[in-house]
Amino acid sequence: MSVPVITADRLGKRYTLGGTPGGIGARTLRDAIGAAIRAPRRAGEARELWALRDVSFTVGAGEILGVIGRNGAGKSTLLKLLSRITRPTEGRMRIRGRIASLLEVGTGFHMELTGRENVYLNGAVLGMRRAEIARKFDEIVAFAEVERFIDTPVKRYSTGMFLRLAFAVAAHLEADILLVDEVLAVGDAEFQKKCLGKMDEVVHAGRTVLFVSHTMGAITGLCPTALLLEHGGVVMQGAAVDVVHAYLNANRSAPPSIDIARAQHLDAHHGAGIVRLERVELENPFGGSFAVPWKEPIRLTLRYQVEQDMTNVVFGLRVDSTTGVPLFGAHHTDDGAQPVTIARGTHHLNIIIENTLQAGRYVLAIGAHSAVSRDILFLVPDAATLDVLDVTATGRPYLGKYGCQTNGSAAWEFSD
Amino acid sequence: MQPPILEAQERIYDATRPFKGFVRELWAYRELAFFLAWRDVKVRYKQTLLGVGWAMLRPVVSMAIFTFVFHRMAGIASGGIAYPLFALAGIVGWNLVAEGVGAGSASLLGNTNLVTKVYFPRIVIPLSALARGLADVVPALCVFAVALAVYGAAPGWALAVLPLAVLHALAVAFGLSLWFSALSVRYRDVAHALPFVLQTLFWVSPVGYGAESVPAAVAMLYWCNPLTGVIQLFRFALLGSAHLPLELYVLSAACGLGILLSGLWFFQTVEADFADVI
Ligand SMILES: Nc1ncnc2c1ncn2[C@@H]1O[C@H](COP(=O)(O)OP(=O)(O)OP(=O)(O)O)[C@@H](O)[C@H]1O
Ligand SMILES: [Mg+2]
Repeated sequence: MSVPVITADRLGKRYTLGGTPGGIGARTLRDAIGAAIRAPRRAGEARELWALRDVSFTVGAGEILGVIGRNGAGKSTLLKLLSRITRPTEGRMRIRGRIASLLEVGTGFHMELTGRENVYLNGAVLGMRRAEIARKFDEIVAFAEVERFIDTPVKRYSTGMFLRLAFAVAAHLEADILLVDEVLAVGDAEFQKKCLGKMDEVVHAGRTVLFVSHTMGAITGLCPTALLLEHGGVVMQGAAVDVVHAYLNANRSAPPSIDIARAQHLDAHHGAGIVRLERVELENPFGGSFAVPWKEPIRLTLRYQVEQDMTNVVFGLRVDSTTGVPLFGAHHTDDGAQPVTIARGTHHLNIIIENTLQAGRYVLAIGAHSAVSRDILFLVPDAATLDVLDVTATGRPYLGKYGCQTNGSAAWEFSD
Repeated sequence: MQPPILEAQERIYDATRPFKGFVRELWAYRELAFFLAWRDVKVRYKQTLLGVGWAMLRPVVSMAIFTFVFHRMAGIASGGIAYPLFALAGIVGWNLVAEGVGAGSASLLGNTNLVTKVYFPRIVIPLSALARGLADVVPALCVFAVALAVYGAAPGWALAVLPLAVLHALAVAFGLSLWFSALSVRYRDVAHALPFVLQTLFWVSPVGYGAESVPAAVAMLYWCNPLTGVIQLFRFALLGSAHLPLELYVLSAACGLGILLSGLWFFQTVEADFADVI
């Protein structure tokens, strides 16, 4: 391994959670004084939480380390310790070189100031010298594609323009060590692609990078190695593909399911309430959540209840985007199957959906209607929220085709 | 490609010891301090309808009210100087400190996202907030120049002391800001107490009346107020004469220095936790 530039030695960070009136957690001076007078000895009591404990690792010069873990695992806390935003409670760290942290885009941006003014301000906040910002100014503006609006106050910018400019400043930081926290999930698909490209460039310029992300595809795509945090401790450090795989396969035992307790939307009067959807279960979840890898078929099990014997029932489903755009739908009779007759009682239905979805979040609508009267028996427009991951089932990254809504495959045959 | 870091100096941080090199750090972040100060001033003048006009109007209105209340109604004397000029000189000094303390005390809470998302010496924030007070002092001095002309007076050689008076005012404002801003991060009620503290300070400072009006019995106590020295120095600089006994001025300045030094010490001891509790 190359020379270590970051060495963390049994780092620990303890947070004090506020709430108890008096004591360390007191939020007003009056409470603090009151508590000190009433019970001086107990003034130090408060609920504590170790966000990180016993964290040791090294990062070599020029290494790109991905940092992954569940919400609350301590990823952001780790970056805050390394960047000195907050002080460790215990342990030591050694850092060689100039360190820059990018915990969010646009820190220090002021809405009343123009784009130009904000570039200088934000650059200074991120630790750039004025001369350095001046030198890169044109490049930054060109990258953000906001040339025409550069002297307009940023409060007049669209959200996308704002984020682009903010990211552009950060992307042009010159530091030996760059700490990046979850900042690529900004802007539209086109810009995300550009950001990833820029990150790739940054990463290959020989800098040392710590990169926190929940986007597994970005981790395996950008980082050769990764670190897995769980409950404030390091669980694994190694090749990114292995670490991501371990992370996604943890907790696979309990398949997520969604109980439908809420009222089911019915626009017909006949048959209303006779058929009720009770539960939607994903049979092949990934990482313990309602998610499937890219290209992996989606296997669902529905549980539904019928109040009286029914004939001529047709089941259907629809996949919508999170913005409510219907993407495709299917009925169980599509391939020539007959409507079904169901007896009173509880039943199950297995569905396999061919997965032509791009990585992203989708909403499943599930319903049934009568083939004769065409009355809707039940319809749950948001039966489940499904995440299609940007990795394949083996943990290989999938980064391309970001601009397309769905993916398809084609057979290619070359001939003379 | 081998990155250039290997020549860079190695830094070691030990959890049990506070980070060192305070002054060197502050110097390294001087550009940030400048940009934050510039932002505060720029935003202030962009947002207010009248901009600079507002900064000129306020002392004029105060002067008019003071003349009516303190001079006409309460009959406060101004030792041979036209009372409006006398009051205005005090107002200029008071406003510089009050604005500085107001902006400085609110500065940390007003920059929460900077504190939690980037590293820099936190003291840069209350320091650059002083620019708000400084920005208002220039228009106020212009008003004073006009008032001088109206009363047919001219500034004397004492004007040379003005930079010292401004520095003294800023030092006092900074000391108070350090205490209030650091306390307000943890204790939210401190921000509510500030207007009351400022109001009290106003009455025990020689703004609408002169320090010479204070009974000799309580003079020592009166001059323990760090603002007394500041405002009397402003009066001296702008009017050419003021009740300013050297030993009492030194007493007042020493109290100001005490607040500044204790403020620096307090800020330093609690700043490491700002990002966690803010
Ligand atoms: N200032 C704070 N005061 C108290 N507790 C905190 C503070 N900051 C973080 N924590 C706690 O520390 C733990 C780790 O938080 P952290 O932000 O590092 O998680 P994370 O891994 O970045 O999560 P996410 O994926 O959601 O960003 C959490 O339980 C959080 O509630
Ligand atoms: Mg986080």
